[in-house]
Amino acid sequence: MEKETSLTLHIEDVYKSYGEKLVLNDVDLKVRAGEFCTVVGPSGCGKSTLLRLVLGQEAASSGTILLDGAPIGFPNRDRGIVYQRYSLYPHLSVLDNVLIGKRLERSYFAWRRERVAIRDEALEFLKKVRLSGHENKYPHELSGGMQQRVAIAQALIMRPKILLMDEPFGALDPLTREDVQLFLLELWQEMQMTIFFVTHDLEEAMFMGTRLFVLSQFYSDGSGADVRGAKIVADHALPRRITSTFAKDDPEFLALREQIRQEGFEPEYLQHVKDFNLKHPDSFST
Amino acid sequence: MNRKPKLWGLHARPGTWLSRVLLAVPFVVLISAYLLGSHYRRLENEHDKLLPSVSKMVASVERIAFTRDKRKDEYLMLTDTVSSLRRIGIGMTCSAVVGLLLGLNMGMFRGFEKLSLAFITFLSIVPPLALLPILFIAFGVGEFAKIFLIFLGTFPMITRDVYLATSRIPREQITKSLTLGASSLQVVYKIVFPQILPRLLDTVRLSMGAAWLFLIASEAIASTDGLGYRIFLVRRYLAMDIIIPYALWITSLGYLCDLLLRKTVSFFFPWYIAQKEA
Repeated sequence: MEKETSLTLHIEDVYKSYGEKLVLNDVDLKVRAGEFCTVVGPSGCGKSTLLRLVLGQEAASSGTILLDGAPIGFPNRDRGIVYQRYSLYPHLSVLDNVLIGKRLERSYFAWRRERVAIRDEALEFLKKVRLSGHENKYPHELSGGMQQRVAIAQALIMRPKILLMDEPFGALDPLTREDVQLFLLELWQEMQMTIFFVTHDLEEAMFMGTRLFVLSQFYSDGSGADVRGAKIVADHALPRRITSTFAKDDPEFLALREQIRQEGFEPEYLQHVKDFNLKHPDSFST
Repeated sequence: MNRKPKLWGLHARPGTWLSRVLLAVPFVVLISAYLLGSHYRRLENEHDKLLPSVSKMVASVERIAFTRDKRKDEYLMLTDTVSSLRRIGIGMTCSAVVGLLLGLNMGMFRGFEKLSLAFITFLSIVPPLALLPILFIAFGVGEFAKIFLIFLGTFPMITRDVYLATSRIPREQITKSLTLGASSLQVVYKIVFPQILPRLLDTVRLSMGAAWLFLIASEAIASTDGLGYRIFLVRRYLAMDIIIPYALWITSLGYLCDLLLRKTVSFFFPWYIAQKEA
């Protein structure tokens, strides 16, 4: 069990229901530190719910969620978050948006003392997200892609144990989107972080992740019941082949994409619970 | 395609000059109607009190605004303006501060919301003028009762508006602040408070109309100076030559307040304007 030490996120037997409606049905997963794991599934399958549980914005109906071995509580500094929208504070300049976290954790006097150093660090992060020169603008003056890059810098400067991303590029046009995807991958490699990335876009999930969870409500457990919450129906390790020339029409890629589409997105294709593709070494099911 | 019409219809786009003319039309109509009416009434009766001539009004303003009153040894209109502005200023400042603190905390803390929302809603429905006699009985006819009426009349609305604006701050933003290490108080006072501030100024601006109403009402009933007091005092002599200039003066003061608040918002909070337009 020496591997356990490098595990960051541990989710076991997690159920979540809203009133009568069961959204998540016994979700089990583990995420290793440094991994870029993506969660993909059809709309309404509960991806964002799962992310909110990990974030602590909502509590699971039952089950355990551990981060570095400790139960997660309300949202705190351990977990960074980038949403599709509303990530930036409209009343702060780009620079202030990035350093707000550093500022909040300091007393007024400590802030006065360390202001210059923190400012430099924030500028360094802005350089990393390729936004040097925009530090004095307000969020509403930036394009959608730039806003998301600021949001990433804003979360990363606090060096969270895990970075959660909820459809972060969902509102961007395809070109910008590809650009930011590549940029995030570079940043991930450079900073060695753990990312938990939720998206409804299968290609994005496959392109970005080193590990891909398929969360879906389309499966059968032999009970014949129609309404049920989503489970992890597949868990794929993806080879890390990041390059800007990575071809999305590679035959291997296409085959895997077709397989996942069937596993998760096909309402008619009901895999039995026992046949789920959970061969990933970190995968488990209770 | 047809040419765009200038004035009529769904597709009309009046040009700069036409817009200015249109803007002036109702004012010109009103003033002309007054001047005509005044002229014809004075043809019948030289000393008509109802629609005095402009020169008569100028003379009265000269007397009340720019000549020292013999009995009181002061410029009456100036004294009236200062005392009225003082009352409305203190009253609105109290309203703004209390409304901001209450509304902000109601919007952020569910427990506090449950405690106060129904009560504030109840207060906002009580007609403040109906409480005026109670205020006068309880606090006497001094300054306090008048200022308190303005406060009572405006703070429930301001509170509710700040509360609504606060509860509209996306939940995501609050969660986000927590992940950046903010404490509950920091979320309220460092993240949400600065975002509500321009909204507060906007609400205060819209409440100014009500504040003037309460000010003039309380001054009319029990006072020894103030703009409202003067209007109701000279009403006994049918002194339209003073009432009309005073009404115009109050309107200009109100307009000035409005302009000042609007400029403050757009100067200090450009992001707020951009958000409103989006």
